[in-house]
Amino acid sequence: MNEIQSIPDQDIAVTEEIADAGEVGQLSYRQLIWRRFRKNRMGVIAGALLLLFYILAIGADFFAPYHYNEINMRLRHVPPQRLHFSVEDGFYVHGLKSIRNPESLELEFTKDMTQRHPVVFFFKDADGRRHFFSSAGPMFLLGTDRMGRDLLSRIMYGARVSMTLGLVGVFLSIVLGSILGTISGYWGGWVDNLIQRIIEILSAFPDIPLWMALGAALPPGWSSIQIYFGITIILSIIRWGGLARQVRGKVLAYRESDFVMAARAAGAGQWHIITRHLLPGCYSHIIVIATLAIPGMILGETALSFLGLGIRPPMTSWGVLLEEAQRVTVLLHYPWLIFPAVPVLIVVIAFNFLGDALRDAADPYSD
Amino acid sequence: MIAIPTLLAISIISFIIIQLPQGDYLDREIQRLEEEFGDSSSLAQVEELRERYGLNDPLWKRYFIWISGFVRGNFGESFEYKREVDELIWDRIAFTLLISVGSLIFTYVVAIPLGIYSATHQYKWSDHFLTFLSFVGMSIPAFLLALSLMVFAFDIFGVPLFGLFSAYYEGAPWTWGKLNDLFKHLWIPVIVVGINGTASLMRIMRGNLLDVLGQPFVQTARAKGLKEIVVVGKHAVRIAINPLISILGMSLPGILSGSAIVSIVLGLPTVGPILLRSLLNEDIYLAGTLIMMLSLLLVIGNLLADIALAWVDPRIRYE
Repeated sequence: MNEIQSIPDQDIAVTEEIADAGEVGQLSYRQLIWRRFRKNRMGVIAGALLLLFYILAIGADFFAPYHYNEINMRLRHVPPQRLHFSVEDGFYVHGLKSIRNPESLELEFTKDMTQRHPVVFFFKDADGRRHFFSSAGPMFLLGTDRMGRDLLSRIMYGARVSMTLGLVGVFLSIVLGSILGTISGYWGGWVDNLIQRIIEILSAFPDIPLWMALGAALPPGWSSIQIYFGITIILSIIRWGGLARQVRGKVLAYRESDFVMAARAAGAGQWHIITRHLLPGCYSHIIVIATLAIPGMILGETALSFLGLGIRPPMTSWGVLLEEAQRVTVLLHYPWLIFPAVPVLIVVIAFNFLGDALRDAADPYSD
Repeated sequence: MIAIPTLLAISIISFIIIQLPQGDYLDREIQRLEEEFGDSSSLAQVEELRERYGLNDPLWKRYFIWISGFVRGNFGESFEYKREVDELIWDRIAFTLLISVGSLIFTYVVAIPLGIYSATHQYKWSDHFLTFLSFVGMSIPAFLLALSLMVFAFDIFGVPLFGLFSAYYEGAPWTWGKLNDLFKHLWIPVIVVGINGTASLMRIMRGNLLDVLGQPFVQTARAKGLKEIVVVGKHAVRIAINPLISILGMSLPGILSGSAIVSIVLGLPTVGPILLRSLLNEDIYLAGTLIMMLSLLLVIGNLLADIALAWVDPRIRYE
């Protein structure tokens, strides 16, 4: 889906610059890639952004103002509160006034201008846990959901599931894809034929319906962690095929190359040839494909959880959060529930830019 | 011909997957009856049903009965709807096809001109803008787009964008008015499903055209004094467009998947929503048939794409 042709645009300029520096011979392949990558501003920004997101996600216990399952039934569907700043109080939010709507009998919230809840950095909560920032009074910068849980905190905790799931899934498909791709390319013959047919059959399924079927097959009694890995495996089962094909192509190209012939003539074993001569040639390629495959995994998880076939509460992910926003009537009343879509978009776009930049940097054809 | 073993393998895999959940439809039915009436007096009846649906047979035997019926157009009976699967699916498959083909056309009609424009204006701000747009378009999940469009439409026009027909025409016989109404509703899912494909196709078209524009024969054409529009339109684009047709086959799974999930959000009468329901209810024969049908569409689509490629590019010959 994410096929973009790479255009060797800035490479010429970069090569010239390196030549000017007069140190071509001293730079390793990795350094060259790093240099070229740094020239791509969008790629660097995307990489930095993703790093930040991962740090926030992994440290969600500390960075999120509340725990993701802190239920507050008296504060359901609170709209996002604005952050204010004044010299004497620092950052603060106004208090909340609740009025019961006479028609729907729901509590509706408005600002209470007389109250100010200052934001406290390195806040210590009732359980003695530190939070990067929080407040003694209710402070919901992105509002709350139908159980009065802070949406911002839930998004941060959800990032942990959604973003790592993509990484683990891609890792699984890389392992599977490179092993089978190498076997397929190196030995050829009936093994190659069999693996290629399996990939063809897998690619003949439309992926979302197949994911739906597999997601529905996960037993209802499973724990959150089991479901998490179940979903990861489901996502990677279908995605390893493309990677295996690319690795196979590379291995086929290298198999008959001079340096492999030389190694073989020198009496190197098959294992040595594969691990020392064939796979290193595919590394950069694999990394690029992996980076471009992560957004597909993240979107897959989001879509599955959105349909209620993926991650199950109490565990939370971006898809689980968006499931609440599924109905138009809900969205019209509480539009902030769509907000988890924003990090999904940012992360997916960032991965696409990063992958594109890496491809340009590692493009084997440009020099 | 290679398609037949592929289809056989697909059918086996589909059948196994839909059998994976523990228990079967009748288990749930019993549970529901017990909750409602508080007894299990109809247990004998359930056993009888189980025998009738062949749920006591071993897996391979059920598969064999199912697949041999499938080939003859007998897809089995839906547990939930108590009707032949065959009666339930054809409308939905037709609408799925309509939306998918519509999206495909939309994708190519929009992506090719934009890709050409982007390539001929390389590094101008309009190219940068289109590039950025295509990245966003590739990244946005179709169901989110559908959701936000629905909210916007409701906010602005005050009409729900639900379904493929207005309430007036729902269930009415086919008339010109109904057809017109259908097309009024159709464009939204078509665009939503097509956006991802359009964005990536545009990038590919741009890249291909840039490659071709750098080749000597383009320079020759320019040196002959041909107008730029002839050089690009008649010489370069014709070459650059070929790979796009081979991609046609590859973009089909995305479109079918997209239409499934968008249909669930927008409540369209396609395969998507009924597949979701049947999977959740373990309505195995319905679910299996739907998955098979989607895969069948894909295989046929790939075949057509291959034929189209050979037809457009005479350099390609299949042995």
